[in-house]
Amino acid sequence: MTIILDPTDETVPVNRQITPRDGQVSGVVGLMDIRKPRGNILLDELERLLSDRMPGIEVRRFAKPTFAKPCPDDLRAQMKAECDFVIEGLAD
Amino acid sequence: MADKPSFELTDLDGSSCRYPAPEPSLICFVKEDCETCNTAAPVINAFYKAYGKSANVWMISQSADGSVILKDRHNLTLPILDDSDLKTSFAYDFNIVPAVFWCPDGQTVDTTFEGFVKQEWQDLSQVMATSLNTDAAPVDWAALPDWRPGCGSKHLDPEINERLKAEADDSPIRARKIEIASADDVAEFMFDQGFSDGLPLVPPTPERVLRMLSGTRRNPKEVIAQMPPNMGDATIEKIAINAVMAGCKPEYLPVVIASIEAICTDAFNVHGVMATTMGASPVLVVNGPIRERIGMNSGLMALGAGNRANATIGRAVRLAVRNIGGSRPGGTDRSTMGSPLKFTMCFAEREERSDWSPLHVERGFKAEDSVVTAFAMTSGPSLIVDQESREPDEIAGTLGLGLESVFLSKYHMLPVDTLLVVCPEHIDTLMKDGPYSKERLRERVQEVTQKPLRDMVANQVSGAGMTRAAAAKLSDEQLDRIVPKFASTDYIHIVVAGSDAGKFSGAFHGWVTGEIGSQSVSRKIEEI
Repeated sequence: MTIILDPTDETVPVNRQITPRDGQVSGVVGLMDIRKPRGNILLDELERLLSDRMPGIEVRRFAKPTFAKPCPDDLRAQMKAECDFVIEGLAD
Repeated sequence: MADKPSFELTDLDGSSCRYPAPEPSLICFVKEDCETCNTAAPVINAFYKAYGKSANVWMISQSADGSVILKDRHNLTLPILDDSDLKTSFAYDFNIVPAVFWCPDGQTVDTTFEGFVKQEWQDLSQVMATSLNTDAAPVDWAALPDWRPGCGSKHLDPEINERLKAEADDSPIRARKIEIASADDVAEFMFDQGFSDGLPLVPPTPERVLRMLSGTRRNPKEVIAQMPPNMGDATIEKIAINAVMAGCKPEYLPVVIASIEAICTDAFNVHGVMATTMGASPVLVVNGPIRERIGMNSGLMALGAGNRANATIGRAVRLAVRNIGGSRPGGTDRSTMGSPLKFTMCFAEREERSDWSPLHVERGFKAEDSVVTAFAMTSGPSLIVDQESREPDEIAGTLGLGLESVFLSKYHMLPVDTLLVVCPEHIDTLMKDGPYSKERLRERVQEVTQKPLRDMVANQVSGAGMTRAAAAKLSDEQLDRIVPKFASTDYIHIVVAGSDAGKFSGAFHGWVTGEIGSQSVSRKIEEI
């Protein structure tokens, strides 16, 4: 038998549960622009459609400083605190 | 409180013997193939016969076969305890066998010595007789040599000692141990686990990792970075494990550690570097005395294969990013094409081959410091061929033209790093009339690459560059403005490497440079 040492960070994968869906959208919907080119155009259109079809909800816009780096902790915490839903415009 | 580590060992009959003990105890470590131990063995057995009724007299043997051989060879009747796994020998921390510990109360060491000095053994016999209130053991002392050196204890054999250190309670090894069944192929197992970059790995056994850790004075538990994307703790130990897998020698480890410190800064942004579809990767340049000390290559084939330090340091850094950070192709590493840079790219600057300040001195370090500098690069080395130029400005012009292809020749005013690696023959031409500063070379690059802005506008040949709509808003005068390749000379980094023969320089092409992307970072390398 050979013993080797684990070269990884040893994080055991966790099965993440998605939030239960009840078919309703209410409260605050955050729109997150990661700052990839034209992401704002997609999110503008989404904001228009959401506002037309779901007048009861509030849309708030967020943007990362740069798409190239992870989302800053403060921004992540702010979205978690303020939003019931978040839609992220990911990649090109 | 016992003086020495407790043990529970079995004798040849399978009886258990424990220290500390309620009775007085004599503990003698021996190994069968040591001539001095064979001299001492009948003496110890005589002690057993004389004192064994009121004291434990134990011979602890360092191999299972040896126990039986010693017993038969000397007709021993005393308990011979088995320490063939050498853990008790290791815990008692002596150097020479025979090694003797006399504990009159069963736990406190009163007398201890190693080897065979007849007077010591005679004195011990007297001490035991007095303590146990009995006659001294009948030993024919005159027949024994006055002095005989012992042998090195078996637990100090290098390979065994490293295993014992790894298994000891105070071992620096904290990483999860993975047991691979003997029926399994270790190399295949590691491929299956996803530890590999696609090439075979050296199995990171505890012994090898301990040897690797001997290359640094830093605490194996020290966390030097949270490595993205998983924000895994990059401990010195985890880095050492990846360095073993990459094929590093222990003396390379400080370079690997400093490189990881450099790339795990916000400025370098290894997450973005690894994730980008452009396919960037760290290019590591090593400066200072450590280049010589660990045998790095700055000359012939410095940027290629064949030198263990160059190849494995770069690979260790990449494996750490993969395994500790969790950046894997198809996971967060989304490179469209990939690049061989993603396997490894580390080389030393040939500082002595030009009058220029070497890279680390330019960046504020002392010449005698050893420093690694990490650049985020997407391609290279892209060869720049010029066998004809004989004048300094001509060769400088060639180097400039060679950089036109960064990203796309059409793009100018690029806020993107390039790392120009100038070969010695090109250096000779540059310097033939005297010093030719790096700054002059940078300005020459900008001079020979300048073009009118209108050449950047999208057209039928290539839709890349400035959009037609943006161009339409500019005046002819603005479109005629001459712009160089790089937005500033600060983006042009220059080092020297390569052999004395050949007029071929090279360039690495960068990624998104600056705060939104990556900035080159230098870190001083620990001096050992």
